Amino acid sequence: MSGVDLGMPTFPDAAHRAVRDAQLRHNLGRATSTIRNKRAAVVDELDDWEQLRASGAAIKAHTLSRLDTYLERFESAVTAAGGTVHWARDAAEANRIVTELVRETGETEAVKVKSMATQEIGLNEALASAGISAWETDLAELIVQLDEDRPSHILVPAIHRNRSEIREIFRREMSGSGAPAPADLTDDPVQLAEAARHHLREKFLRANVAISGANFAVAETGSLVVVESEGNGRMCLTMPDNLISVVGIEKLVPSWRDLEVFLQLLPRSSTGERMNPYTSVLSGVTEEDGPSNFHVVLLDNGRSEALADEVGSQALRCIRCSACLNVCPVYERAGGHAYGSVYPGPIGAVLTPQLYGVESEDTASLPYASTLCGACYDVCPVAIEIPELLVHLRHRTTRERKGWFDRLTGTAMRGLGWVFGDSKRLGRAQRIASLGGRLFGRRGIGRLPWPMSRWTDARDAPAPASESFRQWWERNRTGSGDER
Amino acid sequence: MRVALFATCLGDTLFPGAVRATLRVLERLGCTVDFPPGQTCCGQMHTNTGYHEQAVPAVRSFVTAFEGYDHVVAPSGSCVGSIRHQHDIVAERSGDRKLSEAVDRVSPHVYELSEFLVDVLGVTDVGSYFPHRVTYHPTCHSLRMLRVGDKPRRLLSEVRGIRLLELPEAEQCCGFGGTFALKNPDVSVAMGADKTRHVRETGAEVLCASDSSCLMHLGGLLDRQREGIRTMHLAEILAGTEEDR
Repeated sequence: MSGVDLGMPTFPDAAHRAVRDAQLRHNLGRATSTIRNKRAAVVDELDDWEQLRASGAAIKAHTLSRLDTYLERFESAVTAAGGTVHWARDAAEANRIVTELVRETGETEAVKVKSMATQEIGLNEALASAGISAWETDLAELIVQLDEDRPSHILVPAIHRNRSEIREIFRREMSGSGAPAPADLTDDPVQLAEAARHHLREKFLRANVAISGANFAVAETGSLVVVESEGNGRMCLTMPDNLISVVGIEKLVPSWRDLEVFLQLLPRSSTGERMNPYTSVLSGVTEEDGPSNFHVVLLDNGRSEALADEVGSQALRCIRCSACLNVCPVYERAGGHAYGSVYPGPIGAVLTPQLYGVESEDTASLPYASTLCGACYDVCPVAIEIPELLVHLRHRTTRERKGWFDRLTGTAMRGLGWVFGDSKRLGRAQRIASLGGRLFGRRGIGRLPWPMSRWTDARDAPAPASESFRQWWERNRTGSGDER
Repeated sequence: MRVALFATCLGDTLFPGAVRATLRVLERLGCTVDFPPGQTCCGQMHTNTGYHEQAVPAVRSFVTAFEGYDHVVAPSGSCVGSIRHQHDIVAERSGDRKLSEAVDRVSPHVYELSEFLVDVLGVTDVGSYFPHRVTYHPTCHSLRMLRVGDKPRRLLSEVRGIRLLELPEAEQCCGFGGTFALKNPDVSVAMGADKTRHVRETGAEVLCASDSSCLMHLGGLLDRQREGIRTMHLAEILAGTEEDR
């Protein structure tokens, strides 16, 4: 897929601002530590977590290795159950298909189930430009939509907002698109939820079109599975007469039996619950129950290309639980917006560059948005080796990017690589460095010019030792008979 | 027991004290220690930054220097992690089959210091004395790449005179991350600031870890903050004995 410039700042630039936002860091630190402690507690309850995790990884890896077969099986099953399958190569094609399907119903609005795939393709914006209003019904998505903000977390899109900010958004924006917030609304969570319920009910009762994604798509039965906490998704899936689901091709699992593994892995990893409150399964159409008009849009949008990469393809095992975000120390400081994509955090750092390429500065900066601490791998319910993938994508970045800075870094790295290729060269470099060390004494070094200022702006740098270990060894130990 | 010492490029150049301390501990425990002069660097900086081709000379010099030893010991979890988990990737990508085979022969014999002491020599009491308040930061690569578990803490808890203090949120990354510290200085410093805040909360005089790289970052922050908290490598604490007093 050709590189798409998302028009975002690079990760370091965006993070530079986010780190200085004390409110954001406070909101994020609190929320992520709460979720990760809950997750750790419920995962510890299961003796067979590691086996479950291995099963989840194996089922997904197997499905991806025979994806063409399972996709065809899924299409036949959906068709047999009275639904229609559409294939979309990219975002533009998917948006066009959905827009036309809504137009065919004659409606100008739709209610939406929280869906990463529709956000990935910018469906709401595409529908709006066609005169169709798409209303988010997930509480957090509603907050983000009302504020014309962007989600900053996969599971908790408004994680960067606190209660009083949400109250302000509700009071300011709700009346613009339906039932207004009560005048005496406080920041009590129960009151906030009640205001959202009231606001959304009007939309549920009126809507004749629903748009959803799916957490899983079962090839055997052509079923879509939607997992959620609030029940708004179930309202969307059952009330309107028309349902359009946009589903990434990697969402498939072979059979009904496979779901059992994921319905244990997902809620514990994402919300830290033993079981999620609502699990809806939809298989085609049934007379006088649920939608009578059912369409599935199967979305590629760079996935086939990622699938072709032996190392990179494991990112497609992701079940969007967001456990990796909640344990990531970089995410916790930089916030989700810094990743410039609907997929933030460690999984975003490996998924986005694969879906959009590394031609633009912003996507190319993402594989470097990690210290490679490995916490993400430890919590991933499908054992995606995110650190290995980050290093793999960094390698791809160094090979594909040819800007002046990239060439300069490449030259420096080659030079240093040459030094490390021969101990005599390293010894000479050390003797030069130790001259500097003698100059500074053993004090730390305060301020240095660019690019070392990126280190010394906030940290002292160690002075090179006045004698390297190698020199010390030569002086004290050579000739002592230690040669092999 | 004959042991080859891998100083690591950072230890050799910037922190020779930690390498000499490693040597001292090993010799005190009866090891005969070699320092193969051809050694340079594990190549991790290149590999992790994405310059896999440029890491080949370092990997080649490593296997050439250390081939044939039953035990290679390094005072760095991070470098040993790179040797065990990345040397084969670099070698395979280079297309040099001989290099891949050499990597397969050498890497299983490379140990981080605490692993070597506990797993190979079977000791946790290495005869050390260090009468100070110490808190230990388990660095990410020791913790999650090597899974050294509580080995460093077991070694420290046997040190006479030491008061070991629990570090809050010990398993969170310090924010160094190799070139991450330069590519994303703001996040790196924010993470390090939280870590040093936790270190201060313990009331420790010394922050200890098994990686000079993480200590360089945290030490740089602590020095700038002028809190009077010292950083020391695990080997430097283990090297001290009562006779030194």
